[in-house]
Amino acid sequence: MAHSQRPLALLGARLVDPASFCDGPGGVLVCDGVIADVFRGSDPGPLSADVEVYDCLGHMLSPGLIDLRVKTGEPGAEPKETLKSASRAAAAGGVTSIVVQPDTDPSVDDPAMVDFILRRARDIELVNVYPAGASTRGCKGERLTEIGLMREAGAVYFTNGDQPIVNSRVFRRILTYAKAFGALVAHRPADPWLSDGTCATEGEFAARAGLPSAPAVSERIMLERDLAITELTGGRLLVDQITTADALQSLARAQAKGVSALATVSINHLSFNEIDTGDYRTFYRMDPPLRTEEDRQALIEAVADGRAPIIVSAHAPLPAEDKRLPFSESLPGAVGLETLLPAALSLHHEGRAKLIDLMRAMTLAPAELLGLPSGRLKKGAPADLIVCDIDAPVIIDADRLVSKSKNSPFDGRRLQGLVLRTLVDGRIVHQTP
Amino acid sequence: MTSAADLESLIRERVFPFPTPHFLSVSTLNRPDAERLLELADAFVAVNRQDEKKLSLLRGRTLVNLFFENSTRTQMSFELAGKRLGADTMNMAPRSSSISKGETLIDTAMTINAMKPDLLVVRHGASGAAELLARKVSCSVINAGDGWHEHPTQALLDALTLKRAFGRVEGLKVAICGDVMHSRVARSNVGLLQTLGAEVRLVGPPTLMPSGVDRWGAAVFHDMRKGIDDVDVVMMLRLQLERMDGDFVPSTREYFRFYGLDAEKLSCARPTVRVMHPGPMNRGVEIDSGVADDPAVSLIQDQVEMGVAARMAVLVALDARANGAN
Repeated sequence: MAHSQRPLALLGARLVDPASFCDGPGGVLVCDGVIADVFRGSDPGPLSADVEVYDCLGHMLSPGLIDLRVKTGEPGAEPKETLKSASRAAAAGGVTSIVVQPDTDPSVDDPAMVDFILRRARDIELVNVYPAGASTRGCKGERLTEIGLMREAGAVYFTNGDQPIVNSRVFRRILTYAKAFGALVAHRPADPWLSDGTCATEGEFAARAGLPSAPAVSERIMLERDLAITELTGGRLLVDQITTADALQSLARAQAKGVSALATVSINHLSFNEIDTGDYRTFYRMDPPLRTEEDRQALIEAVADGRAPIIVSAHAPLPAEDKRLPFSESLPGAVGLETLLPAALSLHHEGRAKLIDLMRAMTLAPAELLGLPSGRLKKGAPADLIVCDIDAPVIIDADRLVSKSKNSPFDGRRLQGLVLRTLVDGRIVHQTP
Repeated sequence: MTSAADLESLIRERVFPFPTPHFLSVSTLNRPDAERLLELADAFVAVNRQDEKKLSLLRGRTLVNLFFENSTRTQMSFELAGKRLGADTMNMAPRSSSISKGETLIDTAMTINAMKPDLLVVRHGASGAAELLARKVSCSVINAGDGWHEHPTQALLDALTLKRAFGRVEGLKVAICGDVMHSRVARSNVGLLQTLGAEVRLVGPPTLMPSGVDRWGAAVFHDMRKGIDDVDVVMMLRLQLERMDGDFVPSTREYFRFYGLDAEKLSCARPTVRVMHPGPMNRGVEIDSGVADDPAVSLIQDQVEMGVAARMAVLVALDARANGAN
């Protein structure tokens, strides 16, 4: 195991630690897989001789990213992505913890499946893998799952994956039942009747393109239901990818009333709008579909001021055969683990959000939501760290992604941000030569 | 041991007219009446332990058991109570009767009423059914369970069991655990135990707690170990298996893990804790056999025995009211 390694000092860095509101020079001492010390300023003082020193050359040293929404193909669709390939992609992207979605085949809807995922992750020993449990059996939206037993086994939250739970009584029971265990329930807000069979957001663009489309209020309609039920039950809701300005207002109203609800926002909806779809480029087919530029701007503001406090990659690996199809027949989703950080950093480079706030949305905020000890530079915290040259120019080449699937909407894009080193529990799981 | 004759005169001394013409809800009983009823029932326990169990207090009266829902122990308990008091008893089984031919509840009641019974014991799947019947018939109606609403004689027999086991009901900490939402036993017990001065707690998954339960005057717990911490009595409720397949509870194994009563959870309660269950039990689902069958802990068999005595007391007191005795 890695814990027999020599202590490692990462020095000469720009420390970015949202937990201590720190953005300044410093370094970190790693010992036995945990952060043994955090130095502020340029001089760490004398270190013992056995310490290995890594000079960060002024680059950003921050907690590794925690991505709350990652799909893999394991079990059931391993050609798309395995837990191993997703872990390697995560390490390459500076993501040290991933929460894998339960809508696999079979779905992760009982404690044995939760245990399976955790055992596989232990064997792979790259990044931290946390399973989300299914909130209904087989993700069919009908029957409760063993939330108590799955939580004991290690499931960090409960979700029905991409499929909204149509039956309000079932959704109410889930939130009520989860309360006994303090469990978090995630739900995708989309009205199934409005959204079923559509692949775009209703509006001028979709109309001209002749694509079946759903009005953006489909999201608000379901979100309003979800928030009302959360209020009724006193449960805890995670809004799985908020994408419209309208829905942000609904969420803010409910939060003002004291409803326990938080939203994630996907990097795709922060980076692209419906026009990016252009001439039917299926790599831009997402679920929820890409929205208008006004919605994208509203999301960026919400991330900057903390109303949408968590950014996810919404990593959804799909092989060519699922994407090389007419737009409406292709499957929605994009890989994102390796592009999450540089894509998010572009909001910093464009002056839209502070670096520390962006990092908070991908480190501390998800850690606090799930009650993880990581996501902060603190003595005793796991040494899940990244060193990143946030200014380095990169051109995304989908074919060179580590992920088994190459469906990246960022293919060919020029971004900034190169992960130099990724450490998980003090182990180096990725380094750029 | 008192002689049979002494016992009968003791009973005649203790008989009192029931406060209302019917026994539909425990809310009928104030504390003095509830205590008198328990005193009277206590005397019947002694009768039931004699070789000669037959009395003549209800000689000439007719008791009809009208059970629209299946029941073994309650129906038998009422039948035995009536017979031991000297009444003529008969049972109406709904499936073999005119109810299956489309007759309404009230038509059935009026038909029975025309045959002049004195005591009508009713169980029905709809809340309020006993109340409806009581308004239409001229005899005394005893609610033997109406929907999720009440089962008042069960609460009375439970109180009698506790009184005999602990010497008192006042001050006991009682945790009622399980499917409170659908339980008439829970509603009746909360009411009567609180009337008698016990401290009641309710324990179960949030999906099986009715909304507004926080206004029942009982502390509500979703963590069973905390809920039964330091209690004198754990009263388990029956959970219908069809509710445990992902509807209200995900599975029987998860239910047993978090809400099933086993020796390990029971160790959170007082060392002198006693366990009750209204029956029939789902062993290995809501209660472990090791607990249910432990004579040092379980009061479950006592509850069945007390059932007959408690019902005898109710029948006699209702008759005393109807006929102005004493």
